[in-house]
Amino acid sequence: MGDKNVLEIRHLRTSFFTQKGEIRAVDDVSLDVPEGKITGIVGESGCGKSMTARTVLRLLKYPGKLVGGEILFDGRDLTKLTEKEMAKIRGGEISMIFQEPMTSLNPVVRVGKQVEEALRLHRRLPAREARRQAVAMLDAVGIAEAEKRAHCYPHELSGGMRQRVMIAMAMICKPKLLIADEPTTALDVTVQAQILNLMKRLRDNGTSILLISHDLGVVAQVCDTVYVMYAGRIVEQAEVCELFDHAAHPYTRGLLGAVSSLGSGAATLETIPGVVPNLLHLPAGCAFSLRCGECRADCAGHLPELRECAPGHRVRCHRIGEVSA
Amino acid sequence: MLLNIAKRLAQALLVLLGVALAVFIMLRIIPGNAIITMMGEHADPVIIDRMTEELGLNEPITVQFLRYLKGAVTGDFGTSYSMHRSVSELMGAAFGNTVKLALAAAIFAWLLGIVSGIIAAVRKNGLLDRLFMGVSLLGVSMPVFMTAMLLQYVFAYLLHWVPISRVTDWRGYILPAIALGWNSAGSIARLTRSTLLEVLQADYIDTARAKGRGQLGVLTRHALRNAMLPVLTMMAVQLSSMLSGAVICETIFSINGIGRLAVQAISGRDIPLLQGTILFSTALVILGNFVADSLYAVLDPRIRRGSES
Amino acid sequence: MTTNNELPNEELKLLSQIGEAEGPWDIFRRLARENKLALISFIIILLFVLAAILAPVLTPYRFDEMDLANRLKAPSAEHLLGTDEGGRDILTRMLYGSRVSLLVGVVPTVLSMLLGALLGILAGYLGGWVDALLMRLADIMLAFPSMLLAMVIMYTLGDGLINIFLALTLVNWASVARIVRSETLKLRESEYVEAARSIGVRAFRVMLRHILPNCVPSLIVLFTLNIPSAILTESSLSFLGLGIQAPDASWGLMVNTGRQFLYTAPWMSLAPSAAIMAIVLAFNFLGDGLRDVLDPYMKNS
Repeated sequence: MGDKNVLEIRHLRTSFFTQKGEIRAVDDVSLDVPEGKITGIVGESGCGKSMTARTVLRLLKYPGKLVGGEILFDGRDLTKLTEKEMAKIRGGEISMIFQEPMTSLNPVVRVGKQVEEALRLHRRLPAREARRQAVAMLDAVGIAEAEKRAHCYPHELSGGMRQRVMIAMAMICKPKLLIADEPTTALDVTVQAQILNLMKRLRDNGTSILLISHDLGVVAQVCDTVYVMYAGRIVEQAEVCELFDHAAHPYTRGLLGAVSSLGSGAATLETIPGVVPNLLHLPAGCAFSLRCGECRADCAGHLPELRECAPGHRVRCHRIGEVSA
Repeated sequence: MLLNIAKRLAQALLVLLGVALAVFIMLRIIPGNAIITMMGEHADPVIIDRMTEELGLNEPITVQFLRYLKGAVTGDFGTSYSMHRSVSELMGAAFGNTVKLALAAAIFAWLLGIVSGIIAAVRKNGLLDRLFMGVSLLGVSMPVFMTAMLLQYVFAYLLHWVPISRVTDWRGYILPAIALGWNSAGSIARLTRSTLLEVLQADYIDTARAKGRGQLGVLTRHALRNAMLPVLTMMAVQLSSMLSGAVICETIFSINGIGRLAVQAISGRDIPLLQGTILFSTALVILGNFVADSLYAVLDPRIRRGSES
Repeated sequence: MTTNNELPNEELKLLSQIGEAEGPWDIFRRLARENKLALISFIIILLFVLAAILAPVLTPYRFDEMDLANRLKAPSAEHLLGTDEGGRDILTRMLYGSRVSLLVGVVPTVLSMLLGALLGILAGYLGGWVDALLMRLADIMLAFPSMLLAMVIMYTLGDGLINIFLALTLVNWASVARIVRSETLKLRESEYVEAARSIGVRAFRVMLRHILPNCVPSLIVLFTLNIPSAILTESSLSFLGLGIQAPDASWGLMVNTGRQFLYTAPWMSLAPSAAIMAIVLAFNFLGDGLRDVLDPYMKNS
């Protein structure tokens, strides 16, 4: 801490406007991505973590819409930029990799060309130089025979290779911030570990990373700071060791329980009862109260603040201070 | 891939053979003697006998078919009865006119169809989308003869933009091309719109945007390349069907093409000519389908280089 | 569907959610609610049907009633749509012509669907040489330019309404057979047909009870889309003089006779052309709407 932040999100709100009403996918989210660190957002699917990531690059699809808040990057508020100015930032200063390496590459364009594309767009390099750098980058992300692979079409590569291509594509312009949306979810475990190591190497070389994952194991391996999201809101934030050792929010503890009971070989799999709530019909108060084992009568009534319970550790729960962590 | 194409080619040839047989049989199960149908009820029996002999109609049907096939392979489709010229010569002359009409119609249809399809997709649910899609459905639903007559009435009769009487230079092809291309433009526009909308939902479109491509770049460099694959297939099929003779259009505008030749063969009860035109047209359609399939395989790397992965 | 009784409750609930267990009436209501254009089209088609049935009541003239004193008269109070070159009332001939168009739209389409569905199921389910033979036959039929094929068949059979039915059936069965075959192939591998076979249900029963009901949505869509194409083909054939012959009335034939008087009596061809377009358009809209309602996966919104 104490370092400069590459990205500061303040009170961000993103909603889907459907016929049945407004769905608040991202509700008053504030977070910092410090320079040269990996910051994680973790939560179940549908909690708004991917929407947060997409909102940063303003890649929302209809009927999603940015409602309010600030996204401060490099002293500028991204929410105020025009589409044209935004296009200059995407891929140049902030880039993003997606969950599905199988479908995120254009099937009819050779991968070398797809990697070069951002270079030619942002740096206006001549073809030959762009190709040279693209091959070098493919090599750097661990693709053997990069020269030859650059001529392949995506379907000719394995899933792990494709995700490496995606990373090469994202890193080619040396962006200040890399947003990785579930980069390892679609891959098998050994490939997953390789990709995570690659991301750590990128961080050690100075890239700041915002990592989105539903997998606490992934987060524990690579992240420095972690934000836990639930139903569009941040419910807990802490340094990674602090979070895993002293999880305060009942939801986080539930998530950790589900993981550790798997690891310890316990006879019963611990799960969080109930399902992710319907975002159209959230309670006025704590969204987790419907599933929370420690819920009290007034929990659903009013929304708890995100309060500091230890240095650098904030949590959104009425019962903090009462329950032991 | 070469093996694939060879396999498809063999299949196409097999279908062509089947077509030849089907046409041959169809034209020989006409109730009553084919010669009488051609010459009329009160023809001289001596002439009928001589004709039967000449045409080889007294031989078994298999022999007749094989002889016809042998001729067809060498480009000899027999002699037309109503026009007293060799069928292949007549078809050669007619095909030139059909090609001109088909190319003009295809270019008109494709330009109009693709452009309006793209605009409709980009402005989905907007005013232009509704307008173009309404007009294109109108296009698909209008019979060619109606379009043709409407065009004649408005542009030749009311506005005098083109002469009413048929001219043989390029101006004579403007109205026919529009009339013939109108339907195709409608279906191309609808297909372009729907495939483009589908492609625009794909993950790699997000990737392209995340790289910093603007709307135009995403469209031209990523979306269209994928969306155009099925459209190209439809274009190839449309062209071959236009080349195989636009029966109604050629009849209305008195263009001496393959389609009109077939109509003339029917009204002249001219079996060799009818047989020739049908076989020729169908061969073109089969060729068109073959080209469309191969085109798809060549343009889509997933099929082209599928064996390597 | 009676088969639903064998399903456990949860699956039944699931089915009703994804729309499989909807009755025809539910589907119609959904169509009417979601797609106004399709509803209007449906009403237009109903009006055409009524006009065809009530033709003798709606008009004081007979369809072949000549009146040489009143040739080529422009629309007026006595003749709402004018008269043709024989002084016949055009509105009257339009009403009778709608009988031809509707019959030609429906009868051969039904026949070709029955034939195509039967052959398609046989090919898909039995496979082997039956499949190969039937599909090569379908390839051959599909290779013909459909207009030319219809022309040759009409030439061989001679003109007349029944022969038009036959010609259009022969032209259209192949595409139906292909669709039903591929649907059958898909379903043949599916788990519940496997399950039915594994408990010893006979092949024929499996086909009828399980495969056919699953083809119904795509067949209905195909049905509504084949009707307009059959109507167009008939009008084109009659236009070329290969279909309905005067003094019988068919819209295509009427356009053809009108063509000679295009510049002097444009109403002669205008009215039947407009009628052809209206009914074709109505069926296309209805078919589009039905496809969206019946097949949620095909719609792109």
